Amino acid sequence: MSLPKFAYFVPATIEEACRLLRQHNGRAKIIAGGTDLIVSMRERLIAAEYLVDITRIPGLDSIGHDAHSGLNIGALCTHGQIESSRLIRQRFAVLAQAAHTIGAVQVRNLGTIGGNLCHAAPSADSAPALLALDARARTFSLQGGRILGLEDFFTGPGGTALKPDEILTAIEVPNPPAGYAGIYLKHSPRQAMDLAVVGVAVVLCLAEDGLTCSDARIALGAVAPTPIRARQAEGLLRGKKLDDDVIKESARAAAEAARPISDIRGSAEYRKEIVAVLTGRGIEQAMREARQKVRRKGKS
Amino acid sequence: MTTELISLVVNGEAHQVLVKPNWTLLDVLRDELNLTGTKRGCDTGCCGACTVIVDGKTVNSCLMLAMKADGRNILTIEGLARGDKLHPIQEAFIEKGALQCGFCTPGMVLSAKALLDENPSPTEEDIKTAIAGNLCRCTGYIQIIEAIQAAARNLAGSASRR
Repeated sequence: MSLPKFAYFVPATIEEACRLLRQHNGRAKIIAGGTDLIVSMRERLIAAEYLVDITRIPGLDSIGHDAHSGLNIGALCTHGQIESSRLIRQRFAVLAQAAHTIGAVQVRNLGTIGGNLCHAAPSADSAPALLALDARARTFSLQGGRILGLEDFFTGPGGTALKPDEILTAIEVPNPPAGYAGIYLKHSPRQAMDLAVVGVAVVLCLAEDGLTCSDARIALGAVAPTPIRARQAEGLLRGKKLDDDVIKESARAAAEAARPISDIRGSAEYRKEIVAVLTGRGIEQAMREARQKVRRKGKS
Repeated sequence: MTTELISLVVNGEAHQVLVKPNWTLLDVLRDELNLTGTKRGCDTGCCGACTVIVDGKTVNSCLMLAMKADGRNILTIEGLARGDKLHPIQEAFIEKGALQCGFCTPGMVLSAKALLDENPSPTEEDIKTAIAGNLCRCTGYIQIIEAIQAAARNLAGSASRR
C-alpha cells in the first residue's frame, strides 16, 4: 500500500522543530529513522498530515561518556551505532545486546533509540535494558527541557509523557557501580526481524564475597501496557546469597509482576511462564559474569 | 502535495530528482531512475529485497523517504559490476549456485558487500547476522553463505596480490 499524502519539514534547529509541532498541534508527527512510522502510516495505523524530520538537526546523534554524569546517547543514535559502540559494548553491554536484537542490520542502520522509545511499543527492546540501567529521558521544548525517569516516560502502548511540542533529545544513563553485570534476554520465535514475545533485562552487582547480591534491577518488556520494572523480584535478591532457591523465588515474583495480554505472539499464561524462565536465566548469567569481575578485582 | 528537488549520487552518478514527500527511495530508484535491480518485496521493511547501501550502510529503501536521500551517496546492484566484469561477490553467487529465482539476490549481494567492506574475514555467524534481514524462499541460505565465504576468500586473495 502506498503512503498517504503529507507535507514534509526538515528543520535545521530543535527550536524550529518545536515551533512546527506547536503550529500543527496534533496533526504533525516527528520522523527520525522512520522504521516504525513509515510502516504504521502505510498500514494506516498512524495518520499525520505533517512530518517533521529531525534528523538534520545537528548534535542529536552522538554517544558521550563522562566519569561524573555517565553515558549520554543522543536520541538520533541508531541501533547500529549503539550495538557497535566500543564504549557501550564494554561498559553498558546490556544495552548493546538489546540493540543487537532489534530487526536486522538494515533496520538497525535506520532506526533510532529515540524512535524506539517514543513509538512506545511495550515490546521495544531498548526499554528493558535502559530501565534496568536506571536511565533518564532528556527532552526539549520551547518552555524548557525536562529530565524524566524512563518509567515515567511511558504511559501506555504507543503513549509517552511527551507534550505535543516536546522532543526527546537524549537518553542519560548513570554510571553503574564497578563490577556490575547486565544481560538482556529476548524470546521471539525467530532470531531476527521479530518482536519480543517477552524481553527481560537483569542488572546486578555482587558483594566482595562473590555470592551476595548487593544490588539488582530487573525490567520486563512485552508483558504489560508499558515496559516495567519488577521491583519485588529485585528486592528478593538484594542482600541475599544467590542460590537456586533465591533465584527461583525472584523469577516467580517477576512473573507475578507481569500483566501480559494474550495475542498472536503468545498467551498471557505463556508469557508469564517465559518471564520466569528468562528472569532466572538472566540472573544466573549476570551472576556468573559479576562473579568473574569480583574475582578479577580480588586478584589485581 | 508539493514536489521537492533532491540531489543524490547513485552508483557514482549525480542526479537531481523532483520527488513528492510520500515517495520512498525505492520509488525514486525504480520509477524515476529506472534502476529496477532493486526489488519491491514486502514494502514494510521485512524482506530485504529493496536493500541498498546508503553512505556505506545497508538500509531498506522501502522504509527510507526520498527526502531523506537528499545529499546521500547510494549504491544499488547496478553499481557493482565494472562494465562486463562482475563484482567478485556476484561471481561467487553464480559459482556457488546461490540464486534460483533471483528476487532476493540484489539485496543479498549488497548486504554481503556491506559486510565484507567492514569485515573482510567474517565468521559464519557474522554472515548469518549480516543477511538476517534478507529473506530467500528458494535456496535455504546454505549456498548463499558459501558464496559469501568464497567471495571473502577471493577478495582477500586479490587484495594480497596487489
